Formats: sequence, C-alpha cells, structure tokens
Amino acid sequence: MSSRRSRISDDEINELISKLQSLLPESRRRGSNRASATKLLKETCTYIKSLQQEVDDLSDRLSDLMAGMDDNSVQADIIRSLLSS
Amino acid sequence: MNRKNYTHPNPNPNYTSNNSMQSLHFIQALARINRAASKPTTPSCRTKQIRHAAYSSMAYTSGSRRKWSRALLIRLRQRQRLRARRLLTVRRRVRIVTPAMSLPEEPARAETLRRLVPGGRSMEYCNLLEEAADYVQCLRTQVQLMQSLVDAFSS
Repeated sequence: MSSRRSRISDDEINELISKLQSLLPESRRRGSNRASATKLLKETCTYIKSLQQEVDDLSDRLSDLMAGMDDNSVQADIIRSLLSS
Repeated sequence: MNRKNYTHPNPNPNYTSNNSMQSLHFIQALARINRAASKPTTPSCRTKQIRHAAYSSMAYTSGSRRKWSRALLIRLRQRQRLRARRLLTVRRRVRIVTPAMSLPEEPARAETLRRLVPGGRSMEYCNLLEEAADYVQCLRTQVQLMQSLVDAFSS
C-alpha cells in the first residue's frame, strides 16, 4: 500500500461517496444504500455530462430568446426573474 | 480564504448568498452581451458568449476556494485570449496527460470523472470526489438559473 493512500481513511472516502450520492437526482440513485463506488462514479459522470449538455441547450435557447427582444423588455424580465428566483 | 457570508435572516433556506451572487453575475454578463449585440453577431456566436458567461459566473462564484473553479477560470481566460487573437480553431487538442495521481486501487471510472471536472487530472482521489460534489452543485444552480430565465423570457 502506498504512503499516499494511508493518509486518507476509508471512512472519509465513504463519506464523500455518500455525499456525492445525495447530490444525484432521485431517479439516478440505486435502491441500495451502499452503492458500489464504481456505479456511483459512473452515475456522477453521466449526471455531469447531462448537466453540461443542458447548459449548452439552455444557452442556445437564451440566445434565440434574447435575439428577438428590445432593451426595455429584457430589463423588465431580468428584474422579474431576479426577484422570483 | 473565507467565504464572504453576510448573515441576514433568510426566509428561504435553499437560497444561499452564493446562489444570488451566481445569478447576479450571470445576468450582468447577459446584459453586457445584449448591449454589445448592436454589432451583428451570428446566433452561434451569441450562444457561445452565453455559454461562456454561464461557466464564468459559476467559476467566479466559487472563486479561488475551489480547485475546479480556479482551473475553469484559467481555461476560460486562455480561450478568450486565443479567440481574440483568432487563434482558436476547431481541432482536436493535443492533451498532455500527466502520469497522475490515479492509484491502481482506484475504480476505473475515476478517469472519466477527472476529465469532466475542471482541473481534475492533478487531484488526489479524495479531493476529486469533494471537488466533483461542489462542481455538481454549482452546475445544478446554473441550470436552474438558466431555466428560470428561459421561462421568464418566453412568457
């Protein structure tokens, strides 16, 4: 066992893994409490990719929406959404 | 470095000061893009600008506290500089993979996670998990923010 590994306890890693698991949306979580680390990492990767894809798609939609606007309505909408978010 | 947290009574426990910083930063960036739209920009150019604004508001909000946000800020600035000099062409980047902190006992999937999280290649496994969790949280906030803007603009 390398000296690097011994610094970080297995408990800490398990804690981080369960924290990651709690961040995944319900539909992606497996039923079992102790999901294997490999499965969880795979789910996390998939989730990150899907979030990044959503950012791209939403950027596209925002781009289209902002194109067809005049200044006044943009400001009003911005203020409205700031207040309601 | 300590987070700037002003404590005032917050009726909504899910709404943190970080979220509002992220929203504000992104919306200010959108306003800048909108103002600059007087000179003709192609739709794809504007999409890229918005995408750039999304990632930079994520990175600025976490600032220098996180390795992923530092790595992302560096990457964004490099791209901006290269784009300004028109040196950024679409071609496969040659990646120099550092022989890395991946130990033989790690699950194979950590490799993909390292590629997805900015700056993940040089992180220790333990830090990688922590950074990934923070990155996911920030991404989620950004997606929610953009979704509510899209909803607001299309009503």
